[in-house]
Amino acid sequence: MAIRVNGTEVARPEDARVSLLDLLREHLHLTGTKKGCDQGACGACTVLLNGNRVLSCLTLAAQADGSDVLTIECITGDAGDLHMLQQAFVEHDGLQCGYCTPGQICSAIAMAEELRRGDPSYVTLDIAAGTQVVTRAEIRERMSGNLCRCGAHNGIVEAIEAMLAETAA
Amino acid sequence: MTPLTYVRAAGRADALARVESGARFLGGGTNLVDLLRQNVEQASDLVDVSLLEGIIRETDGGGLLIDASVRNAAVAAHPLVRRRYPVLARALLAGASAQIRNMATVGGNILQRTRCMYFYDVEGARCNKRQPGTGCDALDGFNRYHAILGASDQCVATHPSDMCVALAMLDAVIHLSGPEGERSVPLTNFHVLPDAAPHVETVLKSGELIAAVELPPPSGAVTNAEYRKVRDRSSYAFALISVAGGLALADGRVTQARIALGGVAAKPWRATRAEAALVGVAPTPEAFLAAIRKELVGARPLSGNDFKISLVERTVVAVLTALSGAHA
Repeated sequence: MAIRVNGTEVARPEDARVSLLDLLREHLHLTGTKKGCDQGACGACTVLLNGNRVLSCLTLAAQADGSDVLTIECITGDAGDLHMLQQAFVEHDGLQCGYCTPGQICSAIAMAEELRRGDPSYVTLDIAAGTQVVTRAEIRERMSGNLCRCGAHNGIVEAIEAMLAETAA
Repeated sequence: MTPLTYVRAAGRADALARVESGARFLGGGTNLVDLLRQNVEQASDLVDVSLLEGIIRETDGGGLLIDASVRNAAVAAHPLVRRRYPVLARALLAGASAQIRNMATVGGNILQRTRCMYFYDVEGARCNKRQPGTGCDALDGFNRYHAILGASDQCVATHPSDMCVALAMLDAVIHLSGPEGERSVPLTNFHVLPDAAPHVETVLKSGELIAAVELPPPSGAVTNAEYRKVRDRSSYAFALISVAGGLALADGRVTQARIALGGVAAKPWRATRAEAALVGVAPTPEAFLAAIRKELVGARPLSGNDFKISLVERTVVAVLTALSGAHA
């Protein structure tokens, strides 16, 4: 087996202790994914594992064997330019220092898919019915696993709202 | 982290055979990988059981059987869970973050360890749970998050799971597989109070694996239930306290009440005294308060968490009042 990182197969590291995050950054030099806390508290290391957002710091690389991993390096627009969410982050001041941004972008792209599936969140009024209206409270709750120490959260929520509006149109 | 080997279990029997020689089961890793990295725990061999087949299916009796390897996010998003046990979905969604819920398994959630910071502080703190007999720095330390019920002079840590509080309220049963065969334990009997041996946290025997969790068919108070969590920030934080409450009413009286509390003890706390006190009474805030006070008679707050008593009281009253309004 192998781990497919952004479509390229890579061998799983011999040392079973290596996290998926360290595999990406230290072995493959894909440094777009960031190491914030390295203990599951900040979300900076968020990547997509078989389409689902996960924390690469708490995932052993070995656990991703046989899986598809997508990182910020493969997220682009249709013409190889910025993804619409990245563009929205620029337009809505969704970042200052940018360290949390790759995790925010990966997380929000997966979140949009969860919304499309109708998955509820803690603040969804009717759990059985799922989210009917995507309020700012819904976005904030669903993005609570990604911290921004610069405090750009309002811009981040606005950027995500812009992306959701654009994809719904 | 000390060097270790990693292998994927081919099936449940394979997992059990491998663990007999001293390996540890690995679920989603959201807790164990962190504990190993911080050297709170040590393991030389990991057997990954998170990729074993995991499905959710109806039982013959009208309940639900959830395999231990199902991810927390998948349980919360499952149509039958959302329709029949929304209190479980809400509790799951109150826990951690979307990323962590995508990783964490049901079995791992049940077996997650306390978030007491002294337990994690390998270099700087004494902890009877981490190293029996060394003492407890939480007793006279920063114990805002710690237990008010069922603690001992050896340990005042709480169990951090939200899911387990809902499972306790639902009368969930845990199915175990082990070298001596299979057995079942009610969730409320699965975790144990610290007493003199806080490093013993469950009745799980050496080599046993959590295979599945079974929910009885929804009836009575379960069909009118809710989970509410109180914490220092509005999301992505462990509970100060939480309440899973359910209420069945007929002719203006309570016919059945179910209350489980989180953040108050080393196990999800089923408030049976409060439940008993509510049967047959009119559903008023005063009656709810009197009932939960019966439960909290045995509470022993620490230097920094006496606020939890009134917080539990107010949250229970709020949850039950909302539930009595919904079906009044």
